[in-house]
Amino acid sequence: MSTSTVSAVSAAPKKSARRKLSVPVVLLIIAGALALVSLVRLISGADDLTSVGQVSGALQLAIPIGLAGLGGLWAERAGVVNIGLEGMMILGTWFGAYAGYQWGPWSGVALGILGGALGGLLHAIITVTFGVNHIVSGVAINILAVGVTRYLSNFTFDEAPGGSSKQSPRIDEITKITIPGLSDWLRDIQGKHWFFVSDVAGVLGGLVTNLSLLTVVALLLIPATIWILWHTAFGLRLRSCGENPVAAESLGVNVYKYKYIAVVVSGGLAGLAGAFLAIVATGIYQEGQTGGRGYIGLAAMIFGNWMPGGMALGAGLFGFTDSLKLRGGAENVHAMLLLLVILLMLVVFWQLYKKKYLPAAISAVAAVVLFVWYSFTDEVPSQFVDAAPYVTTLLVLALSAQRLRMPKANGMPYRKGQGK
Amino acid sequence: MKKFDKDRLILGLAGPVLALVVAIALTSVVLLASGRDPFEPYTLMVESAQYADIQVLILNQAGTYYLAALAVAVGFRMNLFNIGVDGQYRLAAMMAALVGAAVELPGPLHIALIVLVAMLTGAFWAGIAGVLKTLRGVSEVVSTIMLNAIATSLIAWLILTDNFGVQLEGSNDLTTGEIAESGWFPSVSMGDGGEIYGFTFVAFALGIVYWFVLNRTRFGFDLRATGASESAAAASGVDARKMILTAMLISGGVAGLAGMPTLLGDTHTYSLSFPTGIGFTGITIALLGRNNPVGIFFSALLIAFLDKASASLDQYGYEKEIATIMQGLIVIAVVVSYELVRRYGLRRQQQKVGEELAAAARKNREEVAA
Repeated sequence: MSTSTVSAVSAAPKKSARRKLSVPVVLLIIAGALALVSLVRLISGADDLTSVGQVSGALQLAIPIGLAGLGGLWAERAGVVNIGLEGMMILGTWFGAYAGYQWGPWSGVALGILGGALGGLLHAIITVTFGVNHIVSGVAINILAVGVTRYLSNFTFDEAPGGSSKQSPRIDEITKITIPGLSDWLRDIQGKHWFFVSDVAGVLGGLVTNLSLLTVVALLLIPATIWILWHTAFGLRLRSCGENPVAAESLGVNVYKYKYIAVVVSGGLAGLAGAFLAIVATGIYQEGQTGGRGYIGLAAMIFGNWMPGGMALGAGLFGFTDSLKLRGGAENVHAMLLLLVILLMLVVFWQLYKKKYLPAAISAVAAVVLFVWYSFTDEVPSQFVDAAPYVTTLLVLALSAQRLRMPKANGMPYRKGQGK
Repeated sequence: MKKFDKDRLILGLAGPVLALVVAIALTSVVLLASGRDPFEPYTLMVESAQYADIQVLILNQAGTYYLAALAVAVGFRMNLFNIGVDGQYRLAAMMAALVGAAVELPGPLHIALIVLVAMLTGAFWAGIAGVLKTLRGVSEVVSTIMLNAIATSLIAWLILTDNFGVQLEGSNDLTTGEIAESGWFPSVSMGDGGEIYGFTFVAFALGIVYWFVLNRTRFGFDLRATGASESAAAASGVDARKMILTAMLISGGVAGLAGMPTLLGDTHTYSLSFPTGIGFTGITIALLGRNNPVGIFFSALLIAFLDKASASLDQYGYEKEIATIMQGLIVIAVVVSYELVRRYGLRRQQQKVGEELAAAARKNREEVAA
């Protein structure tokens, strides 16, 4: 099979080069965003906004969301909608903790992945082989995962010392690395609260302090996914199943096989997300610990337009808001309102420049409302912060649904031999 | 008028029966694998369902489920997947409880107001998803999932004592304050068994309305037509966008009613311990009942039976979570078996048509030969 036939499979319209972001541009955008945050920090005096602890906390909260999002990405790129991420994540927390407290954290990670992958396999059997509606199957898996883990806890954790039917005994920690000199040095600079420099130091410091090895593995999975799905023949075939399975089949791609692989990997990633929650984030399995993070992962994926980079950005954003709330956050979150105001004002100028007066007016009104809110209050209710990821996703969908592009055959039923 | 098709009826029943048998068998496997008796829990559950008080519990629960499932089914008939029934139901119950506690009106008016507020709130919350779908092309599945989570936060904020919440003395639970007695829906007393919420009967009556509107009115026809094929419906003059929005509003309105049996008949206040997850159970029931009002009724009873009769399993050394597992298995078995039965029916139909055509062709040849 020559490469040219295969590339013909993904006859998806090529994006114009304008939208392809190069590395320097991305770095510039990040620097710009950081400068903005820095400005807000100086004005509002919320110095914890970019502290080492804040950033490292945000990273830890973003990883499970990002892994779940990555799981969603794998499945949906092959054309299978995976609402069951939440359930697969629950399986991951349970299996991760079950192996983790008995045989050490790394076996917990392995079994957590396996548990999630089992959920993925079930999803694949139901949706691919039996051709059932993907969302129905996902909902069923979510119900089943809750039932199975609660049922199993009665036999396992309940009888283990230090455990109960609702939580597991403690799991040993995975090695955490802190780069000795560098970390302290960065922390010092951050403590000086200089404009921009301290913020860069805080972010870098957060990335080299108390970094669990599993976090590193999870972070590496993002470039790995980009490489596998966009730079190998395997990935091309997998994505072709999500864009146009009939065309893929006519070119000799075994669509069922690729869909199966994608959904099982998706489940495995969700399972890893769960294992991360149980082993690294809390060190314990607790009933209901996922708290809808599977859905937030799905939201992050949509926010990122079904692309790994955008998904990671979304997960980072959601993780950051989460950690702001956790770390004595009322004041920090309040400062974020100011950031939103500045961002909205930038949008206003951009739209005025583009001569789109109505959107500009709407954005201006929103900015004013937020600014009034900022000026007349001292804190934002934590419930609003909880809702922030979901509201953001709804807004992104509402404002740019036309520009988002999901895989063309996503969620569609496909039967072998349809192409004949 | 219509010819009674025995085969179709058998095929229609084959799906749910097959599904239940498979789900029960798989549950027995789970029980066996965990070293428990594979059949005793069922007999225990059936035995406990013979007590009058459990029967009343089951019937009350079934009423709530019935409404949630109807809400989901309205969407399904229109090819819309309203996963947000849960959020719509909770937010509606809360707003209705708030308004109900704030005012005092003569009996029927008070109840009518509470019910109206619930329907409007549910419809409003679902309407957001409807507007996003019709105007911006946002998938209702994603937007309703997001709206569910937003509803949770919104309720948690509204019920703070700084806002509208009331904290009862000696309790950690936040409530919305109690509705005055004029806003209580009369219940039917069953003696020792307890009381059947009056609204449960309203719920079942709504099933008749559902059937009538969908099958006997032009609106229902348009709705089903749009669900079956949007383009075909548009070609025959149906405004598909308007239908999507209307269906979403109705679905949300019915979802809003799902909290009413409990609110008007039992708690008379909304608190953080108000039952959650009803909307997801509603999806199960609507699927099991194939969006048919009678099917949904029996499915609601079945799921309510699993819920309530399993509560006593703990006393006999069985884990009551087995009922949750069984519910999950039922959903999977149901959708898979429906799909298999559908394919079998399709194949059989093709064979039948093929045979008839072949017979006609043979007859033709014979005539020509003669």
